[in-house]
Amino acid sequence: MDETPLQINGRQYQVSADKEIPLLTVLRELLDLTGSKYACGEGQCGACTVLIDGKARRSCMVPVWAAAGKQITTIEGLAKGEHLHPVQQAFLEEGAMQCAFCTSGMIMSAVSLLNATRNPSEAEILTAMQGNICRCGTHPRILAAIRKASTRLHGAQP
Amino acid sequence: MIAKTPPPFTIEPERYELTAPASYVFQSGRREFFKFLGAGLFIAAASSKAEAFQESGAARRNPEDSLPQEISAWLHIGEDGIVTVFTGKVEVGQNIRTSLTQAVAEELKTPVDSIRLVMGDTQLVPFDMGTFGSRTTPIMNLQLRRVSSAARDVLLALAAKQWNVDPARLRAEDGKIADPHTKRSLSYAQLVKGQQIAQVLPAEDPLIPPREWTVAGQPLPKIDGRDFVTGAHRYPSDQKLPEMFYGKVVRPRAFNATLVSADTSEAEKLPGVIVVRDCNFLGVAAPTSAVADKAASLVRAEWKAEPQPSNKELFEYLKQNQLPRGERNDNSRFESGNVDSALASATRQFQQTYNVQYIAHAPLEPRAALAQWSDDRLTVWTGTQRPFGVRSELATAFHLSEEKVHVLMPDTGSGYGGKHSGECAVEAARLARAAGRPVELVWTREEEFTWAYFRPAGVIDIRSAVSDDGKITAWEFHNYNSGAAGMRTYYEIPNQRIEFHPVNSPLRQGSYRALAATANHFAREVHMDEMANSLKMDPLEFRLNNLKEERLRAVFAEGAKKFAWAATKPANHGFGVGGGYEKLGYVATFVEVAVNRGSGDIKIVRIFTAFDCGAIVNPDGLRNQVIGANIMGIGGALFEAIEFENGRVLNNMFSKYRVPRFSDIPSLDAYLIDRKDQPPVGAGEASIVGVAPAISNAIFDATGIRLRSLPMAPLLVPHGLRIS
Repeated sequence: MDETPLQINGRQYQVSADKEIPLLTVLRELLDLTGSKYACGEGQCGACTVLIDGKARRSCMVPVWAAAGKQITTIEGLAKGEHLHPVQQAFLEEGAMQCAFCTSGMIMSAVSLLNATRNPSEAEILTAMQGNICRCGTHPRILAAIRKASTRLHGAQP
Repeated sequence: MIAKTPPPFTIEPERYELTAPASYVFQSGRREFFKFLGAGLFIAAASSKAEAFQESGAARRNPEDSLPQEISAWLHIGEDGIVTVFTGKVEVGQNIRTSLTQAVAEELKTPVDSIRLVMGDTQLVPFDMGTFGSRTTPIMNLQLRRVSSAARDVLLALAAKQWNVDPARLRAEDGKIADPHTKRSLSYAQLVKGQQIAQVLPAEDPLIPPREWTVAGQPLPKIDGRDFVTGAHRYPSDQKLPEMFYGKVVRPRAFNATLVSADTSEAEKLPGVIVVRDCNFLGVAAPTSAVADKAASLVRAEWKAEPQPSNKELFEYLKQNQLPRGERNDNSRFESGNVDSALASATRQFQQTYNVQYIAHAPLEPRAALAQWSDDRLTVWTGTQRPFGVRSELATAFHLSEEKVHVLMPDTGSGYGGKHSGECAVEAARLARAAGRPVELVWTREEEFTWAYFRPAGVIDIRSAVSDDGKITAWEFHNYNSGAAGMRTYYEIPNQRIEFHPVNSPLRQGSYRALAATANHFAREVHMDEMANSLKMDPLEFRLNNLKEERLRAVFAEGAKKFAWAATKPANHGFGVGGGYEKLGYVATFVEVAVNRGSGDIKIVRIFTAFDCGAIVNPDGLRNQVIGANIMGIGGALFEAIEFENGRVLNNMFSKYRVPRFSDIPSLDAYLIDRKDQPPVGAGEASIVGVAPAISNAIFDATGIRLRSLPMAPLLVPHGLRIS
């Protein structure tokens, strides 16, 4: 068993687990952070997306050792107390979810995009979200929510 | 003559819907209910048989009375004013937790946030056969409106008695009964305080007509939406119990395999690992999922399986492996006029075959279950569209009576008809029994793609004849395997023969969103286009020329106007239409595609749906379902097919099985016809059926290439074309 220090949502954790197991398993199983979802295990669906140093990563594909010492943010760490992140707020307002199993991964991918890109173009949004699967077919509303959050975070679209 | 379609509330049965056994017998008396819920007001809707024997009126009923044996829905108002509603329907993303809450809020005149829905908990809710077939809105929405209306009447009577006034002068509003004359009011909490009133709702109780709705009929955001955007909601795969183990099933390499031998000794050397071998079941449980995976990989099992067909020869196989006539239920067969002589005498005849591959539901949350034994009682939290069906499966598997099995259904990460069965629940329970502690089992994506069941593949043969003035004179339609639902034509045709041919399916098949109706509509609506084209008639005009059903005419005609069907198309663009009647809803789908002659790229530019599902309960949720069904339909129309060979699924991962992604999404819009004069019906299924034929017809319009098989994208390749 390996000891891995992890910094998740601003808290320090010491995790005892085989260092090769996926970060997703550590989050869900050992730390009870179940907002990140398992849905494919091959980095193809985006349901497990977390931020590592601010960038979207598929936590099912990241061995836990590779996340050591980095800033990890999961869906549980996005809101500031009662105050939702603008992307979360926009998803709520646009009704951008049905079964919502993809929602946490969608939100994390969108936050990563908006961290990196002010006012992303339509093509940049599609590229950033292409790796996230929604089976309920809520895509148009997810795009609308991302545009809305972008406007709120960075001002009006050019 | 417009009454071609069945009357309201008889929903065409799906041959492959997995249905549950007979009625639940409600054994608790009213005392137990109040013990469980606390004092207050309790209203039950008896199912129709029991209802006939019940009288209304709380005062006349003896408190020792037991409740009716068969109850279909019920509601409790507590001393804190909280309304708890119990229903066997479940939430898998179709947003019925929200739309049913709206129905209760409307009739009971109480704020939405005072209402809690308990859904799919077999110990608390009345029996329900399952959440499928678009039954929730036509049936359960109506039931909950009725119990809510009855509760409102009791509250009015309580206030009237307290104030000694005529209840007719009182009003229910915002969780209170108010007297407009005296300006007095009493909250529901005050009215039920210290009371233990139980009532079965009266047989006839007028409901608030859709035209007067103020809460229903309006958009309402998803109930508990905040829990979903913060990751707080616990889906079945997120359930935990102290000391629980993680399960893993050791699977054979082929379907229908028999376990010959298993060496489990290496697996059992791992700390804490439990290995179970029971008949054909082989699985492990371990303190962590990593150890469970390792243990499963160390089991050396030998399986025996017979050679099995592949999807390369699928359509020949389906035609050649029909069940013998004696083993069929032929009540879906339909014949009118004389189709043989009509075909023989026709000058303009058509004969075509249409094919549909097996596809997977691929719900984003794979099957998951957490099972816990306590002596001989079993509790399972699982994602299923049939909690009572899963309870039966568990009772059978473990030789228990059903009252010893408790199934709970946390709001689940989608189903689309793919979560009717309880194999994951049974597996988790088997492992938990051996482990002597709770076991959580979450299927991998590969397992979900392999060991669930599929939308049936099918072959459809159509022969038809049409007169020179564009009237269809003969219609012969044979469906091999994919199912009878939606098989009857809604066009006016004097001579018809329509037949379903069941087949010994090479894969395990079951329900799916609109199930058989997708294949049947695909074949019928593409064939309609082929006839129209031969007559050089506009495909929409040809349909209307053969259609009398007014609501269906309306979606075609109104949809065409909104889509601008008659407008001039840009060069290299094509228009296509497809539609029909399914699960009581009327739908017409219009598609525009664009072809790039240089690159060979075909792009779906837009999909427009005109839809009539009666009075609309939640326009926002409805739009989400309609657009969602369109997008799901794109996958089955263009890309999705289960590739299999000798009992194995070859494309059992998202990297090998293409589902619609963001870049595949065209412009989507819907015209939702709010028929306040009609009862509300379901909407999750009907709006998928027109998508595939409308795309096929639009591609023909743009390219002259006729695509008669689903998925269509592979058929374009020989023409140097591809979906971009």
